[in-house]
Amino acid sequence: MIDARLRHAYAGFALDVSLELPSSGISVLFGSSGCGKTTVLRALAGLLRAEGRIALGGEVWQDDALGVFVPTHRRALGYVIQGSALFPHLDVRANLDFGARRSAPSEQRIAIDQAVALLGIGPLMSRRTQTLSGGERQRVAIARALAAGPRLLLMDEPLAALDAARKDEILPYLERLHRELSLPVVYVTHSMDEVARLADHLVMLQAGQVLAAGSPVELLSRLDLAAGEVATGRHEAGVVLDAEIVEHDEAFGMMRVGFGGGSLWVGAAGRPLGERVRARVLARDVSVVRQAPGETSILNVLPVVLVGVQTDRNTVLLRLRMHDRDARTPDGVHLLARITRKSCDILRLREGDALFAQIKGVALM
Amino acid sequence: MTADDWRTIGLTAELAASSTLLLLLVGTPLAWWLARTHSRLKPLWASLVAMPLVLPPTVLGFYLLLLMGPQGPVGQLTQALGLGRLPFSFAGLVVASVIYSLPFVVQPLQQAFEAVPERMLEAASTLRAGPWDRFANVAVPLARPGFVTAGVLGFAHTVGEFGVVLMIGGNIPGQTRVLSVAIYDHVEAGEFTQAHSLAAGMVVFALAVLVTLYAVNRRARDDESAPR
Repeated sequence: MIDARLRHAYAGFALDVSLELPSSGISVLFGSSGCGKTTVLRALAGLLRAEGRIALGGEVWQDDALGVFVPTHRRALGYVIQGSALFPHLDVRANLDFGARRSAPSEQRIAIDQAVALLGIGPLMSRRTQTLSGGERQRVAIARALAAGPRLLLMDEPLAALDAARKDEILPYLERLHRELSLPVVYVTHSMDEVARLADHLVMLQAGQVLAAGSPVELLSRLDLAAGEVATGRHEAGVVLDAEIVEHDEAFGMMRVGFGGGSLWVGAAGRPLGERVRARVLARDVSVVRQAPGETSILNVLPVVLVGVQTDRNTVLLRLRMHDRDARTPDGVHLLARITRKSCDILRLREGDALFAQIKGVALM
Repeated sequence: MTADDWRTIGLTAELAASSTLLLLLVGTPLAWWLARTHSRLKPLWASLVAMPLVLPPTVLGFYLLLLMGPQGPVGQLTQALGLGRLPFSFAGLVVASVIYSLPFVVQPLQQAFEAVPERMLEAASTLRAGPWDRFANVAVPLARPGFVTAGVLGFAHTVGEFGVVLMIGGNIPGQTRVLSVAIYDHVEAGEFTQAHSLAAGMVVFALAVLVTLYAVNRRARDDESAPR
């Protein structure tokens, strides 16, 4: 468990957060610029001195009450920033060695060779850093952070400076890191795509405060958060589902993904049965009908219960519970649907109505 | 050229080399501090370092002479320590040169250190490098062009000094007689041929130094303009 209580005041802005992040998986700090997410990360790294307390498991990195402040270079962490900050006077290999040489052998949780293999940078080892592409630089920066044997990896918008193609080049490596290492990661981003794809634990920040923290499956289906300042504007509301590939339909190039009680057909192929995947369903791709449709081109039609309605000017956001609660998902698994206010009025939708959700699009992340 | 001239050239080179070495030793921490400090005293220190750029060398030489002389505080200290008197000695010339050439070394170093991105130092600290380690293995290598400029300018400027040398060192052959003073002497004595050979040598030297410097700096800039 990573425990942090941090307070920090700037001109016209105050950060005051209390975080409990799981000791494995990727925790994403999400919010618009100026919400304080980078400040939190810098404080965790000790690059910025906020007031409060930071503890990683039993190890205390900062405790103002006890007068403890461990300087950055004595914290077993890795830090990757947007611009990668590779040392221009060293080649790739020397950049990797930099942190590895400075951490005690007992601290080296990840061998250089392993970091090199994980990030696929073997062919780059003797290159000068100036000759690397943006994506390559970022992979080297991540490997360099890993080779120093961190107990916690901090990533500050590591993909923000890259174009879409380069992002797609890096993301599989991040997912691989996530699968193959038990290293906890705190990942800062303002991109909902990265949240949907990477987050195991989500912390939404707004104006220096924690707006909500928890599982992204739950948080992204909450009406108050979906309609709030964080989600609207730049991001269309939508839920994520933790699913598993349960069926292939080779003839039509489709796969069925199951999650708890429900399942959805997805137009994608090439992923093995049983693989865990993240699916994303945007609210605008979901519509509702009262009776089960007879003949429809829409493959994914699920029985749902309307559990929440939120009007947002001329559209209405519906929260739909897809199936009965089970042990794994005690609150049920939800969809969001965005319909017009007029449709809502015509259908006379009320909380508790039994409906069918028609899902036009599902994206596998 | 006479044997005396050669001795003068040797002495000048020795003076410039030892002054440059000392300047780099003293100037590096000073420049690092000036580059990173948020102290309110920074403008004062920066001005003190820059003073030799503005003051006539004779003014500087005059006060150094008073300070280092038998009645001056520095002179009394050196005598109490058993080091004797600094004026009219090679050691005195070195001390004076260090002060006189200080801005030529500190300013390029300070600029080079200021150009070291903060994120590089932060990256180093997240890779377990402590303050000294960051300075020695990140800041200094990244500031390398600044060290080249500082060393070359410090050396060349010391070779060319005249007024301070005359005030502090006088003109003792083999001890304090340096090139610029020797040229002056030759001209005074009407020995234009000898003055020419030394003076022309200085012109060639100065040109070579500056060409080298600009070439090195251009290469460093080309390196920097490559994507980081």
